[in-house]
Amino acid sequence: MILELFLSLCVLSGGFFAFIAGLGILRLPDVLIRMHATTKAGTLASGLIILGVAVGIGDAPTIARALAIVVFLLLTAPVAAHMIGRAAFRTGITLWGPTTVDPSAPVKLNARHDD
Amino acid sequence: MSLFLLNIILAISWAALTGTFTLPGLGVGFVVGFLSLWVVQPLFKEQGGGYFVKVWRWVRLIVLFHYELVVSSLSVAWDVLTPRHRARPGILAVPLKAKGEAEVLLVTNLISLTPGTLSLDVTEDCNTLFVHAMFADDPDKIASDIENGMERWVREALE
Repeated sequence: MILELFLSLCVLSGGFFAFIAGLGILRLPDVLIRMHATTKAGTLASGLIILGVAVGIGDAPTIARALAIVVFLLLTAPVAAHMIGRAAFRTGITLWGPTTVDPSAPVKLNARHDD
Repeated sequence: MSLFLLNIILAISWAALTGTFTLPGLGVGFVVGFLSLWVVQPLFKEQGGGYFVKVWRWVRLIVLFHYELVVSSLSVAWDVLTPRHRARPGILAVPLKAKGEAEVLLVTNLISLTPGTLSLDVTEDCNTLFVHAMFADDPDKIASDIENGMERWVREALE
């Protein structure tokens, strides 16, 4: 009973955060802020669902695979976000109005300037 | 023999003796082995207490990181669901003290997953990190948070 509650909680909250990550892409104002939503909420969502599966099935092959999935997720998701954010910044994507940019950033990162 | 190897051997013996050669069995064996090594710590004086400190630092890094991941996801969820965007984003330069590519990789990865910051790029010489912050009202505070939080934990765990 308690186990089932815990599993449902994992899967439901995982689904909730996946929904947030998707909604964040639609709602947030510019590409860099959207990356916040997809990396953080997206990683947590997959982690929660995988935790639910690992605890629910609970045999060694499943747990080993779940651990491997989580490790690779934590390694790759931020790298992907970093590459997208970096490409966006270097090609000079327009940022949301209130964004402040450190004056040394465009020089050191060879960003393109159109304005 | 390093204490880590000894600990793994203890874990395997535990699994063999209790007849639970499964992942949980090995895990329990590792914890029991670690505790017993910790109890007989004075025997390993010449190797120093480095192993125990290191395990403690790794555990602290992993626990704190998961806590921060949950906090940051909740704050993102709040910003996505409420009608107004509270964010005051900014791109900041943060000086990096981390040495070596492994440390820089771990620091930047973890920064991307913790509240309010997303690593954007590292300069060629690996000593300045550019982050995109959700709330950039106080750049110095964010820089010192990174330096005294995640970056210090990573350096202590890897050194």
